[in-house]
Amino acid sequence: MRRLLPHPILAGFLLILWLVLQQSAGLGHILFGGVIAIAVSMAASAIIPERVVIRRPLKFIQLILVAGLDIIRSNLAVMSVLFHPRPNPTAGFIEMDLTLKNPFALAILAVILTATPGSAWLEYDRARSTVLIHVFDLVDEDEWVATVKKRYEALLLEIFQ
Amino acid sequence: MIADLPLWLSILVSAFVVLGALLTMAGCFGLVRLKSFYLRIHGPTMGTSMGGGLILLASAIYFTVTRERLVVHELVIFLFVTLTTPVTLMLLARATLFRDRVEGNEGVPKRPEKAETPASP
Repeated sequence: MRRLLPHPILAGFLLILWLVLQQSAGLGHILFGGVIAIAVSMAASAIIPERVVIRRPLKFIQLILVAGLDIIRSNLAVMSVLFHPRPNPTAGFIEMDLTLKNPFALAILAVILTATPGSAWLEYDRARSTVLIHVFDLVDEDEWVATVKKRYEALLLEIFQ
Repeated sequence: MIADLPLWLSILVSAFVVLGALLTMAGCFGLVRLKSFYLRIHGPTMGTSMGGGLILLASAIYFTVTRERLVVHELVIFLFVTLTTPVTLMLLARATLFRDRVEGNEGVPKRPEKAETPASP
């Protein structure tokens, strides 16, 4: 089983993706999509050697909701700055220490922070486990770091480690 | 086609499209008007997150109602855009950081000192 399905999550995800793209859940599509999903997940094990373990899958729903609300709020905030006649946000760089080490959790955090218009993930330093983030409208650096740690990092730690 | 849509739904779909387009436009203006590179990278993100998301949501609602079946493959577009944006963004940002550090420009965080790597086998 491990041999045939080294990455069951990836395979399931690809199968769903295939069915959504085909807009049909016919038997033929499920079979063909299944073959593709298994082949791709086997190929992926060449670049993802370790097994991806998700301890608390239900927490993902909470993560998506929290991130979605934050992205909407940040969009409106950045828009209100940009519609100013002379936009002059107080931007700044933040170097943030991360407890998170799992590469998949880091990738998810990078996607969330980048999808939020108010912040951009620039450079991760693996040796020191820090990340350089550029924030569009920086009011209080410590508070910003604390918010990210509390809202996302704690949740991702729970899911992956 | 439009005639098939109840009034409240066409208002909802139009509102989503207009708001999404407005956000994307605001992002594009930001790209043109903001002063530094690091500020400018924030603008287009509005188009790829909520701007594009709202337009895709409107499309999903419209086609689900008019075709009378669930149309959700817009989700895949949103997924791909969301997953690929950070890749280009990091590539551009790190190239700029590298250049700014080499040129010794002001207002850019220094390259962190290489941490002492323990003697590894």
